[in-house]
Amino acid sequence: MKKIVTLTINKEHYEVAVEPNRTLADLLRYDLGLTGTKKGCDTGDCGACTVVLDGDVVNSCLVLALQADNTTIETIEGLSNEDGLHPLQEAFVEKGAIQCGFCTPGMIMSAKNLLDKNGNPSDTEIREGLSGNLCRCTGYTKIFEAVSSQCSDNQGGSNE
Amino acid sequence: MSKFDVINSYAPRIDCPDKATGKAIFTDDLSKPGMLYGAMLQSPHAHAKILSIDTSKAKALEGVKAVITSKETGSVKYGVSPARYDETMFATDKVRYVGDEIAAVAATSLEIALNAVALIQVEYEVLPAVLTVEDAMKEGAPQLHEAFTNNLCAEVHQEFGNVEEGFKQCDIIKTTTMKNKRQDGAFIEMQACIAEYDRRGTLTLTTSTQVPHYVQRTVAMVLGMDVGKVRVIKPYVGAGFGIKAAANHQELACCFLARMLKKPVKMNYTREQVFMYGRARHQFSHTITTGAKKDGTLVALKHECYLDGGAYTSFGIATVYYTGSLLAGPYKLPNMSYDGYRVYNNKPACGAQRGHGAVIARAVFEQQMDMIAEEIGMDPLELRIKNMMNTGDTTCNDLNMSSFGMSECIEAVRDGSGWDKKKGNMPKGKGIGMACGFFVSGAGFPIYRSDTFHGTVIVKLTEDGGTALVYTASAEIGQGSDTAFAMIVGEALGIPLENVRLASGDTDMGVDLGAYSSRQTLMTGHAAKEAGEHAKQQVLEVLAEQLDTPLEDMDIKNGCIEFKNQTPDFSALRTRYIKEHRGWTDNPESEKLTFKEASRIAFLEKGSIVGTGKYRPHWLGGKFKGAAVGTSPAYGCSAQVAEVTVDMETGQITIDNIVDAHDCGKAINRNSVEGQMQGSISMGIGETMHEEVIFNDKGQVLNSDLAEYKIVTAMDMPPVKAIVVESDEPNGPYGAKEVGEGAIMPTIPAILNAVYDATGVRMNELPLTPERVYTAIQAYKERSNA
Repeated sequence: MKKIVTLTINKEHYEVAVEPNRTLADLLRYDLGLTGTKKGCDTGDCGACTVVLDGDVVNSCLVLALQADNTTIETIEGLSNEDGLHPLQEAFVEKGAIQCGFCTPGMIMSAKNLLDKNGNPSDTEIREGLSGNLCRCTGYTKIFEAVSSQCSDNQGGSNE
Repeated sequence: MSKFDVINSYAPRIDCPDKATGKAIFTDDLSKPGMLYGAMLQSPHAHAKILSIDTSKAKALEGVKAVITSKETGSVKYGVSPARYDETMFATDKVRYVGDEIAAVAATSLEIALNAVALIQVEYEVLPAVLTVEDAMKEGAPQLHEAFTNNLCAEVHQEFGNVEEGFKQCDIIKTTTMKNKRQDGAFIEMQACIAEYDRRGTLTLTTSTQVPHYVQRTVAMVLGMDVGKVRVIKPYVGAGFGIKAAANHQELACCFLARMLKKPVKMNYTREQVFMYGRARHQFSHTITTGAKKDGTLVALKHECYLDGGAYTSFGIATVYYTGSLLAGPYKLPNMSYDGYRVYNNKPACGAQRGHGAVIARAVFEQQMDMIAEEIGMDPLELRIKNMMNTGDTTCNDLNMSSFGMSECIEAVRDGSGWDKKKGNMPKGKGIGMACGFFVSGAGFPIYRSDTFHGTVIVKLTEDGGTALVYTASAEIGQGSDTAFAMIVGEALGIPLENVRLASGDTDMGVDLGAYSSRQTLMTGHAAKEAGEHAKQQVLEVLAEQLDTPLEDMDIKNGCIEFKNQTPDFSALRTRYIKEHRGWTDNPESEKLTFKEASRIAFLEKGSIVGTGKYRPHWLGGKFKGAAVGTSPAYGCSAQVAEVTVDMETGQITIDNIVDAHDCGKAINRNSVEGQMQGSISMGIGETMHEEVIFNDKGQVLNSDLAEYKIVTAMDMPPVKAIVVESDEPNGPYGAKEVGEGAIMPTIPAILNAVYDATGVRMNELPLTPERVYTAIQAYKERSNA
């Protein structure tokens, strides 16, 4: 039987009836049309479905929609606005950190959460912060450059 | 300073703002009104006869709209090479691997479809299975396909020059064996498709593919439809690496269901099904003998290889040829023989994956180069320079290196890595190694025999004059081809990239053979250039008439008309343009006549301006059997240096850094070239260090997920220095050629040579798990102490 969940996604309020076995990833993608969040395995291995839930990154394929009741969620769609892309998104575009783009939304959400918690992560901390997000195209090199360019020490172009 | 205005720069890609914001649409992001969900029944047995199939219970389930088996679909044979069509949409008499498709269901929800699949009752007579090359070739072994005795799918026997005579001239002869493990593509987007059928009889398949054109043809053939009634659309694709370079069963079943039910049907592979479908790199078992003179001159190479093919042929015919043919370079090698055998067994079919057929052969050969260098006391880098081919050289099997910056690549990695200081001076447990490689810039021939153009492109100028629209059926799968072709059209037309819009990946837009064999930059690139030039020509023709100026005295550059001699008075044209645009805000203020004005005037005179372009390679290659595989209009080449640290007590290897130089001809977009180099290295590291699809004795994949099939993560990737080396390829558009696959060729042997440098141990089996390395180090220590 369906149950009602209440959640805030990208600052919008939602009340949705979901089956108890519905995952958060499927709720976002198939019920709410927030298809920026991707599914690459459905078993929590690839990180393509990464979203931020109450301030922490989660694999949304491993979270039941019911578990997300009364939570606040940020997805990739919440990062850009009418003024343009988020600086981190800009950096991914400018640095060539995107190829097929399928891991990108999850990768950016992990990177954003990392930078929100630690404005100046070391190279090792960046690697650790992205280690749950698999990318098969880029070899990560340009992703590291993009994230690194957004560290507070590297802002202002002095370290380009 | 580049002589180009648009290409040959470092451009942010045109698809990336949408990809960065989650707006880019992939197949599974789409849904259609009234859409049904499909699911497939796949064999639980590696080898079994199908005695009966009962679908009645499945059909009776509420919400089920159709259940299909070979009884409904028929058994049209298909595959990749017409020479080996050995697959059908669904198994008929027997199943040949765990995962062989038997039936499909369409229902109102995925859950119902999956429940219905579970209700299909199949009676099997389980047959003995063969899971290895060795078992499959034994006398009396169970046979997979009646037409191919001894489970031999394909064999190749070639000799160029005279190998036996060659070895007689050699002072050093090295024979080694090596095998890798079966790979998985491990692209992050699992295969997905949606089929629709309209009431006028047109089937539209939206699918995650690298090759809309081949999928269109296969669907038409298997469903018995006109090719013109089948449209294949490729939205953004979460990469493919070769595995998505042919039609799969799911696409065919989905199309059949949609046509039968006249409703849209969506189907998705699970990650487990991606592994069961397979089609990635074969397991190769090589024995290679290389002979050289004591001054280091390579003389002869004898090569034998067995390919673990799996249950069907897929790309295997091409694979078994590539495995042999791509050892003929990048070194001068007058005598070469090859005996290749691709063997069927009861596992998923292997196919093409980045560096098709050639990477493990390269890994063996490049280690032998080091062994020869060591024996004659020569720097392995110098040995390579001594033997390297140059621009204009042709291999013993007729591959012509029309441009070949191999020496520039070697010098670049020598400098970039500090090779001269480091080689021979690494501390204990640390090592440095190098290797080279090359790859085709597109297969010289289509997969099916045809005189077809390999790519066509249409450029239409918008009627207001501002923008060029590019239409191509080519496949952007992450490599950056959309951006490359938009840049090429911008360059050809003489307008900035921001004034070019591009749509791709739709068979309605023309013919393009798709993203495989590293073909698009060169082949589609030619067609894009020609289409851009054709559109420009038409604009200039109108201007010539209107301004009474010879056409050859005019050009378009950076969005403006350039006049070689005196600028004619174009005020009448400008006035006419401004009158057309009364009330608009973008009237020209430039002192120069703009492209916008010119193309608007051209429209007013001629109607829509449409430029077309096409490309088909000139006749390539020799007359011997199999000459078609390996021939290409151009070859990219690369050199890499790897540094490693090996823990001699545990066998744990750390790759400290890799320096890579690749000759891609003229780089269209350096951003994408570097990306392909870094991505290739990442995949090569995975294959060297930890990737292996593991089967149990029942033929089931044990690690069919991305937790246990270990691709490179952010923690594993070493620092990579990617050095773009440019040559001017006469057969390439603006001198461009491949980078997508050639860049993986040296990675595995560079690491293996570095591991040898660190340990004194030659590894003859991949991946380099700590256990395998530890065992090899222990054996080496025992040998040294004995």
